[in-house]
Amino acid sequence: MASSPLEVKSGPVDVLEIAPARWSGRAAVTFDSSARVCRMETRVEELHALCEWLTAEAGYVFATLVVEESPAESWSLRYLFYAPSGLRAEVLVRTEGPHPSVPSLSDLPEGPSYDWHEREAEDLFGVNFPGHPRLGDFVLHEDWPEGVNPMRASFDAARRLETRESNPRWRAPLILSSPGSFAMPIGPIFSDFAESSHFLLETVGEDVVRTVPRFFYKYRGLEKLAEGRPLDRVLLLAERFSGNAAFAHALALCEAAEEICGVEVPQRARVLRTVLAELERLRHHAATITGICHSTALGVAASQAALIEEDLLRLTCQVAGHRYLFGALAPGGLCFDPGEAQCERLKASSGEAAQRLAQLHSQLRYSSSFLDRLEEVGIVSREAALSYGLVGPIARASGVSRDLRKLCPYLAYETCDFPVAIQHEGDGYARLRVFFQEAQTSVAIIRELLNELPSGPVLAGAALTPRSGSAWRAVETPSGAAFHYLRLHRDGTVARYRVTPAAFVNWHGFHLAAENFAFQDFPIILASFGLSNAECDR
Amino acid sequence: MANWVFIGLRTGIRTSPYPRRADLAPGVSPGRPAPAVAYDEAMAAAAEHCPVDAINRRGSELAIDENRCVHCSRCRSGADRSGIPWESGYEWGAYTQPAAAREALDRRFGRSLHIRFIDAGACGACMSEARQLNNPYYNITRLGFFITPTPRNADVLLVAGPISDAMRTPLLKAYAALPAPKRVMAIGACAICGGVFGPSFVCAGGLRELLPVDVVVPGCPPPPLAILHGLLVLVDRKPPREPPKEGSATPSSQAPQESFP
Repeated sequence: MASSPLEVKSGPVDVLEIAPARWSGRAAVTFDSSARVCRMETRVEELHALCEWLTAEAGYVFATLVVEESPAESWSLRYLFYAPSGLRAEVLVRTEGPHPSVPSLSDLPEGPSYDWHEREAEDLFGVNFPGHPRLGDFVLHEDWPEGVNPMRASFDAARRLETRESNPRWRAPLILSSPGSFAMPIGPIFSDFAESSHFLLETVGEDVVRTVPRFFYKYRGLEKLAEGRPLDRVLLLAERFSGNAAFAHALALCEAAEEICGVEVPQRARVLRTVLAELERLRHHAATITGICHSTALGVAASQAALIEEDLLRLTCQVAGHRYLFGALAPGGLCFDPGEAQCERLKASSGEAAQRLAQLHSQLRYSSSFLDRLEEVGIVSREAALSYGLVGPIARASGVSRDLRKLCPYLAYETCDFPVAIQHEGDGYARLRVFFQEAQTSVAIIRELLNELPSGPVLAGAALTPRSGSAWRAVETPSGAAFHYLRLHRDGTVARYRVTPAAFVNWHGFHLAAENFAFQDFPIILASFGLSNAECDR
Repeated sequence: MANWVFIGLRTGIRTSPYPRRADLAPGVSPGRPAPAVAYDEAMAAAAEHCPVDAINRRGSELAIDENRCVHCSRCRSGADRSGIPWESGYEWGAYTQPAAAREALDRRFGRSLHIRFIDAGACGACMSEARQLNNPYYNITRLGFFITPTPRNADVLLVAGPISDAMRTPLLKAYAALPAPKRVMAIGACAICGGVFGPSFVCAGGLRELLPVDVVVPGCPPPPLAILHGLLVLVDRKPPREPPKEGSATPSSQAPQESFP
């Protein structure tokens, strides 16, 4: 294997050109030019080689694994990839039987990016991945009976498993690696307003050697609940599983549904959707900056950032009628038109927020006590970020310039010219700078788009005609790339809804940053990641 | 080196006038559907869009079950947002039991109430709104409310989320660790009745299935001032949301099975 196949050296190869010849007889390759997706169906034995070729030689990046069971005990596993060229690729394998088994891809150089997807599929579907180093309790904790897989078609989502009670005496298993160390548990209830998650810190007193996180305390079965429901109800779920990025996730769902049903979204709605998505990003980043200032106990700065955050929440409420943009989207466009006056307000107020954030940034830059807490704390190297497939601001702070708004432009991002924030140190301060830069970029995009807002309706005239089919969407949510895969029945109900949020991918990389640090830095590392457990756990 | 003391002083006082006076700043609350309205054809049609069955026809009126409402705006959709009228305001905190069945907290808690927040599967919006309580606008410390990191020092559990199964045991342990007298508040539709998630195979249908709930603050999410109102209700410094009048068409008076245990 090449020493560093992760680096894309000569740009991605266009899969369409060489894939049919390269894989003739081993994979069936088709190209859907309207959706710009290359589909490759192959046998289970060829999967490993095909995925290796796609990432190492063709320069594709793994997005998500979609498992489908239709009909019962007939399995299709879809590995979705995207490329910097804007093309997307799907690798499909099929298998049958009550105990499906597909080789694990975790020994590939970017194996860690498949790691959690395979663990999740093993837990929820009962698909085995021989070769995976660690399968077992993941989404479903130890109290869940073995052999019961809630995402299987035979499992009834309305039924509670009465047999289960979590064990109050549960302790996370941990093999201590350093002499004289002990394990310090944190969570699931900790700190003032921390989300429920569990961290086991292996420590030798002041210094923490490593961190073993445990998530999915908030698993609400989003993907299972969506099955069989009408699209409109699933939209409620998409908005409400992660309130901090409600609009971005609802957008991905709506776009996928619009692609399946062939709905043309009016131009004004496309631009306004972009504006609202950026407004959400701005608020999200302001909240993260508040969290980082708060974690270092810099009270005045935290208050200044919190004022900006609350002002943005109030602004969002005035413009869209909801502080977190719930109920703003509908398949086919937007539910409301903010109108001239609110657009002017949005332009002026977001500009003011940008100014205040810039001022705060310059004040923080000259606070050495603050910088001391962030610099060289919680470092994620570029190599690790690539190997784990990290996304969003965290990847960009480690020198990985991946932004779906640029790579696969959607909505009005194609017509916008904006810089991708990038830093190289990979520490807490680099992440803070990325958050500040992206907040400025968001305001610039909002103001630019509102200057030339097209007129017209905000909702497609004809109601959505349900069609059967599937589509997937890649959307840059505030915390990074999220992938939504949707399959609809003919009657418009959802057959399969797969959500891979940025937090799921990035929490996987959290342990990289939480190694060899001083105990008091833990909340700072946590805050500088700015990730949501609700989004990860679904 | 930035002079943070000076920066703080120069910002001035931003604190909300609530609870002394109403806070009329735009955007502090999204409002919610008016609890009961005489309806016409258009409104009845709009009511059909409710995804959580929170709107019920009672005689000549439409009654909104505010505990179920998830603020989805479906009942006022359309480009002009017509349909069911929404009311502004945020004083949404309500007791789950009639006054006679309640045991009042000692007056001493009125100026020193310690709160432990529990995330039992909340989506982040309720959490974010609860977190805003500590920002300079709302600053609940000025009113004698304190967020504490441990349930052992707390008087109140402030619970958000539909109670995912993995959070059951931690939640019950936190409740057990609370010294008496203990009070429980459920904020948001998920914690009150399961919201859009519960009951399901991994979620309860709200906190009341596990613990005796004293005060509920409906909303999806309830804005910070609504949560603050709920806290003030709990210590008797604000009256709870008006109980429905006799004969009025609200779900709690007409459908007693809807009220809390």
